[in-house]
Amino acid sequence: MTRARTLYDKIWDEHLVSAAPGELPVIYIDRHLVHEVTSPQAFEGLRMAGRTVRHPEKTLAVPDHNVPTDKANRAGGIEGISDPESKLQVQTLAANAAEFGIEHLAMDDIRQGIVHIVGPEQGFTQPGMTIVCGDSHTSTHGAFGALAFGIGTSEVEHVLATQTLRMPQSKNMRVTVNGTPGPGVGAKDIALAIIGKIGTAGGTGYVIEYAGEAIRALSMEGRMTLCNMSIEGGARAGLIAPDEKTFDYIKGRPQAPKGGGWEQALAYWKTLFSDDGAHFDAEIVIDAADIPPLVTWGTSPEDVAPVTGVVPDPANESDPGRRAAKERALDYMGLTAGQKLSEVKVDRVFIGSCTNGRIEDLRAVASIAKGRKVAAHVNAMIVPGSGLVKEQAEREGLDAIFIEAGFDWREPGCSMCLAMNADKLKPEERCASTSNRNFEGRQGRGGRTHLVSPVMAAAAAIKGTLTDVRELV
Amino acid sequence: MEPFTTLTAVAAPLPLVNVDTDMIIPKQFLKTIQRSGLGNALFDEMRRTPDGKDIPDFVLNKPAYKNAKILVSGANFGCGSSREHAPWALLDFGFRCIIAPSFADIFYGNCFKNGILPIALPQDQIDKLMDDAERGANAIISVDLEKQEIRGPDGGVITFDIDPFRKQILLNGWDDIGLTLRDGAAIDDYEAKAKLAKPWL
Ligand code: SF4
Repeated sequence: MTRARTLYDKIWDEHLVSAAPGELPVIYIDRHLVHEVTSPQAFEGLRMAGRTVRHPEKTLAVPDHNVPTDKANRAGGIEGISDPESKLQVQTLAANAAEFGIEHLAMDDIRQGIVHIVGPEQGFTQPGMTIVCGDSHTSTHGAFGALAFGIGTSEVEHVLATQTLRMPQSKNMRVTVNGTPGPGVGAKDIALAIIGKIGTAGGTGYVIEYAGEAIRALSMEGRMTLCNMSIEGGARAGLIAPDEKTFDYIKGRPQAPKGGGWEQALAYWKTLFSDDGAHFDAEIVIDAADIPPLVTWGTSPEDVAPVTGVVPDPANESDPGRRAAKERALDYMGLTAGQKLSEVKVDRVFIGSCTNGRIEDLRAVASIAKGRKVAAHVNAMIVPGSGLVKEQAEREGLDAIFIEAGFDWREPGCSMCLAMNADKLKPEERCASTSNRNFEGRQGRGGRTHLVSPVMAAAAAIKGTLTDVRELV
Repeated sequence: MEPFTTLTAVAAPLPLVNVDTDMIIPKQFLKTIQRSGLGNALFDEMRRTPDGKDIPDFVLNKPAYKNAKILVSGANFGCGSSREHAPWALLDFGFRCIIAPSFADIFYGNCFKNGILPIALPQDQIDKLMDDAERGANAIISVDLEKQEIRGPDGGVITFDIDPFRKQILLNGWDDIGLTLRDGAAIDDYEAKAKLAKPWL
């Protein structure tokens, strides 16, 4: 009998190209996503060395970080990008894709969107694949049982040139989430609860497999939200074994296997699970019923607290380094220990990003927004994750609900998740955000970010403070 | 890539945990399409006021650390994004070696692609080196990659671990891609087999 293996080990073994003694193993990369920020230097490197792209057909390029999300600028295409450097990056991506023969979804293509939303939507992301992108949130694609992780620009160049990567094998961690979450609690809260428990470095060196009843019960969108945040827990990748939901999601998508290929692929995909008795180097078990709606109060995604709670006191932190970090965070966030989180007033709300910019997220927001109004002092924007998400939302009439409630309904892109485009916080502006990072300056210099789920963001928009969404359902 | 063999230089202390890539290089500097010239943007939002004035208290603004080539910092250094702009900015400022209790995975790997040596050490040794680094221009530390040794200003020796392959890459300044292409036949073989086993790909 063969050794019991984890899902990660199976995918790793399947992709091993060589493992010469004394060298780092070389693994094969099935799919490569490319965006405008982390790729220009990689293409330039290829040109300087006179190298070509080994498999342009396994690569897909899409601009997302720098694209404007307001209608007027968007209508102007690339010319509508007012910042000359942003414009140059988007132009450079288009030119590099054309030069090296890579498919490119331009800004005015309905399929354009955030790279991690586009991949699954196009059926580019499939179980058992290795998928990389010069972007840490590539972990999103692990929701399909693909080994997907972010890489640096030198590695982007390496993959373009060789379709492989050289890397050490990671350790295995399993996070089991049992039980059923209560009302108002979703995938985002589960993700924040896990990071709150293991810390932002807890997953360093590991690939996390998510298992358990609460994970199986999640939709594909919810699984993507969860895997997306794996990197915030330090893990390079998150994985969920594929099941019928996964197969249903993929079937019929433009790049999904067709005809006989579908049956063959399906037979393989069904072998993708961790064997009974497979060894995990670390195990975490959580009960979903114990997770309340969560918010972050600091400048690290591990700084989580129940929305019903208070800002914690750094004095209770025994480790001096962490205590200093928490003091610094409170200072930056303009909060004091002991303050009730539900009394923290917000100026802005951002709903979108590769964490929560999918159709299901927008439906959840609409369920709270319907028939209500955004608080007068709040500027609340909703940014669909892709052109197709936007189209779907409009077909369902969600845009009308948002606009009626006073939300700003925008064009697809990364938007205020990282403020490389025109959407950003002003210094000391406070934002409830469905994105994934609350680092200092992440949403704009001096901006204060509270990470929350889509329904919690909607509730904050309506009440004008951080709010327990359960008061509104 | 410039080989890394030995380095004797001033070490700068940055006693913070979770130094993230947004701190190392804020996103407004990611709009470049080049690798060079990012040193000036390193730690921009910690180093300068919003109107662009140097904050004198920030370690890299102190004259003693202007020529620092070694950075000593807290746990989980380099967490956050995959942006290689972070090691590019460190390198362009002059840093060739980062010493911390632990590193985020992607950042750690990115260092080796740029001739930067990341060294992970237990907290008590970090505390000692942090003390050394606090001595300003006298905080001269020597790093010998071949011997895997760090020598502090008082002559104390600390040894460190490193993957032997990555060590060779740094010592020789090898180009990764060239190295992998040397094994082109293995990639061809893999692709031929995969084509039969997984034709839908
Ligand atoms: S939405 Fe945010 S986290 Fe996702 S790819 Fe864009 S910038 Fe990165």
